[in-house]
Amino acid sequence: MPDLCYLDHAATTPVRPEVAEAMAPFAAGRFGNPSGGHRAAAAARLALEEARESVAESMGCDPGEVVFTGGGTEADNLAVLGTLAAAAEAGVQVDAVCSAVEHPAVREPARAAAKGWFGAGGAPVGLREAPVLPDGTIDLQALEGLLEPTVALVSVMLANNEVGTVQPLAEVVAAARRRAPRAVVHTDAVQAAAWLDLSTAAAGCDLVSVSAHKLGGPKGVGALVARGGTRLRPLLLGGGQERDRRSGTQNVAGAVGLATALRLAGVDREAEGARVGALRDRLATGLVAAVDGLVVTVPGVRALPGHCHVLVPGADREELLVLLDAEGICVSAGSSCASGALEPSHVLAAMGIDGGAARGALRFSLGRATTEAEIERALAAVPAAVDRLRH
Amino acid sequence: MRVLVAMSGGVDSSVAAALLVEQGHDVVGATLKLWGGPSDSGCCSVADVEDARRVAQQLGISHHVFNMSEDFEASVVAPYVAEHARGRTPNPCIECNRHIKFDRLLERARRLGFDALATGHHARIVPDPERPGRRRLRRGADTGKDQSYVLSMLGQDQLARLVLPVGDRTKASVRAHAAHLGLRTAGKPDSQDVCFIRAAEGREGFLGRRLALHPAEVVDLDGGPVGTVPAVELVTVGQRRGMGHGDDGRRRYVVSVDVPGRRVTVGGLDQAMTGTVALAAGTLRWVGDPLPPGARALAQVSAHARPVGCTVGRGPAIRFEQPQRPVAPGQTVALYHADDPDAVAGAGVTA
Repeated sequence: MPDLCYLDHAATTPVRPEVAEAMAPFAAGRFGNPSGGHRAAAAARLALEEARESVAESMGCDPGEVVFTGGGTEADNLAVLGTLAAAAEAGVQVDAVCSAVEHPAVREPARAAAKGWFGAGGAPVGLREAPVLPDGTIDLQALEGLLEPTVALVSVMLANNEVGTVQPLAEVVAAARRRAPRAVVHTDAVQAAAWLDLSTAAAGCDLVSVSAHKLGGPKGVGALVARGGTRLRPLLLGGGQERDRRSGTQNVAGAVGLATALRLAGVDREAEGARVGALRDRLATGLVAAVDGLVVTVPGVRALPGHCHVLVPGADREELLVLLDAEGICVSAGSSCASGALEPSHVLAAMGIDGGAARGALRFSLGRATTEAEIERALAAVPAAVDRLRH
Repeated sequence: MRVLVAMSGGVDSSVAAALLVEQGHDVVGATLKLWGGPSDSGCCSVADVEDARRVAQQLGISHHVFNMSEDFEASVVAPYVAEHARGRTPNPCIECNRHIKFDRLLERARRLGFDALATGHHARIVPDPERPGRRRLRRGADTGKDQSYVLSMLGQDQLARLVLPVGDRTKASVRAHAAHLGLRTAGKPDSQDVCFIRAAEGREGFLGRRLALHPAEVVDLDGGPVGTVPAVELVTVGQRRGMGHGDDGRRRYVVSVDVPGRRVTVGGLDQAMTGTVALAAGTLRWVGDPLPPGARALAQVSAHARPVGCTVGRGPAIRFEQPQRPVAPGQTVALYHADDPDAVAGAGVTA
């Protein structure tokens, strides 16, 4: 088996050694339950609250506004369902506005709410999808048209997981405040957190979701920032942890991991973003030069520095993945369903890319660990694989 | 040899993969996602995919999932529905083998540089004793599990690139081998029926959601009314269920179905019996050399029917040596060599 050439950092990232080191004491010796009253509990609580303060500093919020969750999906679900459920308590119709390119962790709960998730007694939920432009950025004019005072939730991701497009979030927030003053504004910052400073990029949002494993932290832990006492109905009921917003004994080691990963990402964010962005540009330029007809889906300047999403005409993404996997090159081709089968991409469809062109979609996503040698390997392997499939 | 093995998540294809690994081949597993809707193994057959992936891990081979659900819908499910709307009874497993497994997947395996495709079917591919360099498709060693019927449309090009590793084993020995290797599929029940139709819903429920079903009158061979059926599209030639008994007390069988005329004609068994079956033009395909008109053969008209003596007529048509229950239009007739009754000669679809 060839060495791994891992270019799938948008799926998940390796845990950074400093993160693993910070977590280690809580995975073993310091095992206390942070809700307890004795000194074993106090040690765990200290770590948890220090982690909360650290996350708050990285995210630009107060510690009390940080809700630890079991990952990005839970944070998104809590944001969407928790907000809509709280708004629906008044018993009148509430509306939600999402972009057409949201991650399923936002899209599916929003759709479920619109289909009656809250049951027969709940108020009806109307869902409106804001279209995007061909580069994946939200159509602000169309968004304005969807916003009105009945809107209780606006959810627009900071950066897209598939194609990497960074959204003009400040404009989205401004439009929401102007036209839907009662709306809670949520952003799924899961994909962006590795590259953007959330304390500024997501500053205007009421709710911000992050996940540790996308930026060198462990899987299974994330956080939802809920600013200024944003009303949320909890999804998990029980012991009332996380100020009644998320019951369940906290994942102390995970919280420490998330805090450490967020803090470390901030240390050299700009330098690392520039380095990885240059490697990504080299990959994109090289692929365009080497593969006839290959199109870069989103220009680098509009995307996160690690994302290089391309469309390869005349090649099938499933077949490309098999050939690249055999070479040890780990890339992705879009979103999979639970079975692992690739599904038609709602993101590409929303960008106006037809099903035929989407068949040749490949996503390279670079990270902190990516080296120039790996880019050279990809630049050798991809044209060879495409060549084989075209003949 | 580099082999792509189609792993359904069942025990046969698990063991097929295991045997190929044991034989020293370079093996990669692939599971097809064919049906996106609800099924008895969960949405998108997630449980089956997980089983296949786990077996691949246990065998130490790579595993991929190929989403062929669009092709499956277009070339298997939609025609299945359309054929019923015309009063015909197609075999979706055969159409899936024809269009998906031994066309799209086989072609994909070639493009990806594999020397062969393997499946877990119970059938055998052997050298043709009469024609060096060519192959014959024979029944599996386990006569109770033989699947040569559903492979009967394969030609020489396909047989040359296909491997059936469990064909010379009994089902019991396949299960025993899986258990010996500790594969989680060892005790999994055999798959039943059509994969895209849930047992709880049945053919009626599935087609009822896809088609407008129409009531029809049931008449005897003289045109006299004897009853009604709620959905003419669900009635199959040869069916006796729901057709009741004649005045003489004997069971009635469906002789013909006229969907546009909303009419089902029934008769007693002796009246329903037929001596010939016509094949739809262009559907008769031969594994090797065509049998000449008038040649004797054995005909099998469904996956578990007993093969019966016949001659191959022009048209093309099959003439049975003894009268048979009528064969529903759309069914596949597999022909086996009279002098090598385990070997498939060819197959066609009834007109």
